[in-house]
Amino acid sequence: MSLISTLARLEAVSTGRAQPAATVRHRHLGDRPLVLVPLITAGEAGAPLGALVGTDRDAPRLLAVPQPRDRDLRFAFLAELAGVVLPYVDSYAESVEAAERTETDPETGKRVKVEVDLCADAPQLIVPSRAGIDLVRLLGRSMRFRRTAEQDPEAPYPAPPRVPLLGRWLTHFGERARVPGSSLLLAMTDLLGRHWVTGQSTLEDQHLGALLAWIDPPEGVTGAEAALRAELERDEQGQLLCPPAGPATDPAFDNKLLAPAIERYDRARTALAAAEDGLEADDRLGALTAAEREIRDLVLSRTRPTWDAVWRGLDLLRELPEGARVEERWTRDRWSFTGHRDRLLAGEPPQPRRDDAVTAANKLATREREQARLEAQEALDDPLVMAGRRLSGEAFAGEVTDVVMAYSDGKRPSPRPLVTVRTDDRPQLGERTKVYRSLGGKPQAAEFVADEEDGAYVVLRVLDKMGRGKEPEPGSVPEKGDRVCFTLFEHEQRGGAKLPDPEETPWTHGGPPGEAALEPADPVTEEDVL
Amino acid sequence: MPLPRTRGTALRQQLAELRGPDVPAKALDARALAALAANPGCARRAILDGAGVNKTALASALGSPSAFGQSQFALTRGNAFEAKVKADGGAELLRLVHEKLDRSAEPPADARVPDLTASGPQGRTARTELELREAATRPGVWTLLDHPMLALDVAGSPAFLEPDAVVVHPDGTWTVVEIKSFPLLDGSADPAKVGAAARQAAVYVLALEEVAARLASEESPAPRVRHRVLLVCPRDFSNLPAASAVDIRKQRAVTARQLARLTRIEDIADALPEGTCFSPELPVEELTAAVESVPATYAPECLSACELAFHCRARSREEGAVTTLGRPVRAELGGLTTVEEVLAAARGEAGDPGDPAVAALRRAAALRAEALEAACR
Amino acid sequence: MTTVFDPSAAAGQATDAILRDTLHGTARGVVVDSPPGAGKSTLVVRAALELAEAGHPLMVVAQTNAQVDDLVLRLAEKNPELPVGRLHSSDSDPYDKALDGLENVRKSAKAADLAGLAVVISTAAKWAHVKVDEPWRHAIVDEAYQMRSDSLLAVAGLFERALFVGDPGQLDPFAIVGSEQWAGLAYDPSASAVTTLLAHNPDLPQHRLPVSWRLPASAAPLVSDAFYPYTPFRSGTGPGDRTLAFGVPSDGSGPDRVIDEAAASGWGLLELPARHTPRTDPEAVGAVATVVRRLLDRAGAATSERAPAPAPLTADRIAVGTAHRDQAAAVRAALAGLGVTDVVVDTANRLQGREYDVTVVLHPLSGRPDATAFHLETGRLCVLASRHRHACIVVCRAGVTDLLDDYPSTEPVQLGTVVKFPDGWEANHAVLAHLAEHRVTWRP
Repeated sequence: MSLISTLARLEAVSTGRAQPAATVRHRHLGDRPLVLVPLITAGEAGAPLGALVGTDRDAPRLLAVPQPRDRDLRFAFLAELAGVVLPYVDSYAESVEAAERTETDPETGKRVKVEVDLCADAPQLIVPSRAGIDLVRLLGRSMRFRRTAEQDPEAPYPAPPRVPLLGRWLTHFGERARVPGSSLLLAMTDLLGRHWVTGQSTLEDQHLGALLAWIDPPEGVTGAEAALRAELERDEQGQLLCPPAGPATDPAFDNKLLAPAIERYDRARTALAAAEDGLEADDRLGALTAAEREIRDLVLSRTRPTWDAVWRGLDLLRELPEGARVEERWTRDRWSFTGHRDRLLAGEPPQPRRDDAVTAANKLATREREQARLEAQEALDDPLVMAGRRLSGEAFAGEVTDVVMAYSDGKRPSPRPLVTVRTDDRPQLGERTKVYRSLGGKPQAAEFVADEEDGAYVVLRVLDKMGRGKEPEPGSVPEKGDRVCFTLFEHEQRGGAKLPDPEETPWTHGGPPGEAALEPADPVTEEDVL
Repeated sequence: MPLPRTRGTALRQQLAELRGPDVPAKALDARALAALAANPGCARRAILDGAGVNKTALASALGSPSAFGQSQFALTRGNAFEAKVKADGGAELLRLVHEKLDRSAEPPADARVPDLTASGPQGRTARTELELREAATRPGVWTLLDHPMLALDVAGSPAFLEPDAVVVHPDGTWTVVEIKSFPLLDGSADPAKVGAAARQAAVYVLALEEVAARLASEESPAPRVRHRVLLVCPRDFSNLPAASAVDIRKQRAVTARQLARLTRIEDIADALPEGTCFSPELPVEELTAAVESVPATYAPECLSACELAFHCRARSREEGAVTTLGRPVRAELGGLTTVEEVLAAARGEAGDPGDPAVAALRRAAALRAEALEAACR
Repeated sequence: MTTVFDPSAAAGQATDAILRDTLHGTARGVVVDSPPGAGKSTLVVRAALELAEAGHPLMVVAQTNAQVDDLVLRLAEKNPELPVGRLHSSDSDPYDKALDGLENVRKSAKAADLAGLAVVISTAAKWAHVKVDEPWRHAIVDEAYQMRSDSLLAVAGLFERALFVGDPGQLDPFAIVGSEQWAGLAYDPSASAVTTLLAHNPDLPQHRLPVSWRLPASAAPLVSDAFYPYTPFRSGTGPGDRTLAFGVPSDGSGPDRVIDEAAASGWGLLELPARHTPRTDPEAVGAVATVVRRLLDRAGAATSERAPAPAPLTADRIAVGTAHRDQAAAVRAALAGLGVTDVVVDTANRLQGREYDVTVVLHPLSGRPDATAFHLETGRLCVLASRHRHACIVVCRAGVTDLLDDYPSTEPVQLGTVVKFPDGWEANHAVLAHLAEHRVTWRP
């Protein structure tokens, strides 16, 4: 934790309110995000209990599984979820714009530009917490290898038609969420935690209700008090007033409210099955519907506060202006979305259970590059982030006090002006350290020449972006009196080396993985519980 | 004339007095072990666990009840899974032990599954030891001990431990088996949960090693307790068992050292005011005073490990301790430990400007103010 | 009957076996573990020369430009006639200017310009951009334990077989983003290259250089026990083979007493009063600088097996090691204040592979209110405690043992991964316990 954010945290304690951790919004927020507030059943891997989902804050769709152990009901839930999520995703797949991409020509092996479609916008999924992201991944994993009756007429428990497809999309969202700076799938606690610091620990910030209470407390209470209430206060039945944002539920809810309700549902179902005539069946069906209604109400009561909190969080985030480079990162998300759309269209098999060596290495390289990009871009977009980099000696700001024209040696001397910057910062500069400033959105490089008066003055030699002529282009060299900010880190990331194709995996890494076999569906057993 | 009490029995007596009259000692369960791992340096936790105080009851009596509870769904599911794993005389469990840990041995068939029922923890511990001794006399045979009871000497009094199972291999070595209900998905499992299971298993290994040492004789060396335990979990999305061997050497070394350190509770106990007692029956003021007489080192990690965490957090917040916000917060603050001290130093109202922590704070405050001002413009 | 350990013979046997496997073996890879100062560079140079002499074109992969340049210089020193290619990046100043003075070394940013040379050397990062029609018959991968698995994946297609050399005890490679999703896979891209290599090729011949020529007899047992518990090594010299003496007698101060303790025993712990401090603890930084100043002032002379006459302990034979860069900067400033400018002060990462007569170490946990995984990393302490030929002086505040005891042990466990030994926590305890026997307490 940087000292600047530590300080902000302590100020939050002392003022009783969250403090800004950013002055701009560092993540893309679409016009029509899909919010998903899921709940799961304790003790089982990804067995859904219910969810609120939708793009309209006033009209969430309630999904509930009245008996989470029942395979058919679970499938019904997933089919219903697919019925909401897939049309939403598809609505972004149609509208495209022309874009260029560099590809390797298979015949010549040369890098060539090709024109391709790029989806004009992409879907965006918002879940309450990081555990919600894990659940999206888990649901994706549980569904994508399932077979529908159409795919495999022999499948013992065929999945409803669109469920495997939902699994593949959720898997894609879940994988993309691992890429730093991506915004296809976001957790509200992460979003808020990126932009505000509270007077509690980052562990406690995982509680959406408490986090939001610090940022936006109700009238007349401090954030600290509101957060404590959100965390601990219970009603006379022993239920939390602010239910956990899930997907796990509070054990007290499970034991006191949910378990009896499920038991009533089970009894009503057994009774219905045992009905001996139509009249009796009608009555018992009514009882079953009532029991189901009760569970739906319980699920709604535990998800609605979280649903409202997520939308409240979105409101707060939208009040911040979007960072200048956020759009560029969102374009990468659009590429990612378009790419997955194309893979589905091309009939490629579902994502494998485990990455092969080359895929894993490529993913790691991409994520490291995106991490470096994110760090650089956030600093360039936001003076508060840059302040942290300046404090750690990775950047410095100051006023230009002197500019001396100089030229490079050689036949065609190019401008290499010497610029002196007066600064209070303490950058970690060494001999010929490269530094960069943003000039019209592009990085201009300079190198460290000397410092004077114990680091108060830094002399730099500007190296590029001054045009081709002998004299630098107007505006390309800082002038005396200009405020400038140089960073020791690069602003743009170079692409890494190209790795071999998977079929050329070398012997050190196990050799080629072999023909991609269709991954078998998970075995289904009689008492299988998802 | 009564015999002089030894130091050990004196301590045991002292700890019993801390619990309160007729309050039985609580076993060193998984939760207590988790708390030990999360905050080994906390004296309050050390003395309460060492004395076998029921911290859940204590926290409620203090007015800051712990938030730990277990959903009956999880409980039912966990029990059903364990029963399934151990069905048919543990056939499946033994098959997994053989497959994952001891492939060169004869496959288990006709394994012995001795009855371990006995009255009270002492009785069960004795029974377990008897059966382990018995198994040592039967080379070439697989033996499954279902829920054995082990005792580990912790701070001068025995703490009782109940592993899910211990398997005696045909070669006479012993394996600890942990059955958990979190899934093993595509071969991997939640690393935090595996870590907790490994630490728990390490304690069982330490306890078994004490038993093994007692079994050693002139003719036969002590049986070897394997340092790879077997973790059994539901596979993927099913309730079929899958297993993975876990190397617990590191956890064993760390826990052994931590438990050895627990003997310092003698010193903590000696420093307590005369007549200190943690019985939940006491009036809340008295109880609060008793708890406050032992220093705690609260950190947010306690929230997921210790029943007393909410009480300690409230105290820590009242004192303005910066560690309330997380251990890493302290890293750059040097000798400054409270929120007000730090803020005063940052504002230039206090602190030695020659102290690098103070100087860095002032620079941080200035840079932060400058950035926020720039954003407002 | 006791057998006398003959370090030269043991090391020679190991080297012969390695070269035999490399030149004449059938396995595609040979792995050599080299503890600190065991002659890894000498082995690499020798293997390169023998392969070149046998007419096998060779590519050499190192991890940093400094390592590459160092290897080129060493090769040229041993055989000035050998045609060597230095493949470099297209950045400015891509290689050490000293290479310009070597006639047989050709430098280029394009691999094609270096085709046909006996040996071509570059960094893994640069090799990753090279494409070849015909792979090299042989390669040497240096510092293979500091190389990441994905980095090896990018270059392994360039060679048919390779000698992998490295020190398993030094700092592990790391990734700046989480890589848990691949933990437990044999080819986890964030693992070390050797881990992946051996996971896929468990039958490759593995060798170990058994003798440290750098570490004195006083240091080898501790470093071996604490950091290489399952692969022990010995020192090449015996007790008394190396001595450190000072012309100027002690003034009785803490720094002088710790210097004398270290001169006599090889280790010294200058313990300052317990206190929580920021990283750049002025007292500890000052104490480090004072110790260095006194080492220089007291006219030290180091006697070793290298020469019959004592060699003066000059500034270039002393180094200061720290955990963080700002600490190094603070020590440099403090040394400058005492008029010392030419003593190397650097972090553990940058001291890897270097060697000095005396090292002064600011203990990574000194004054810290909390220990972190970074500070407990085994490799960090191992690097800091194994750079010296004569003596190592550690400056530390009291209370680190308690700090270690209070360290939460809640590390997650990934199924399927090999447990790495030793544990940083245990290694730290072991080193502290040893240092406690050489403690000089001092209140500056």
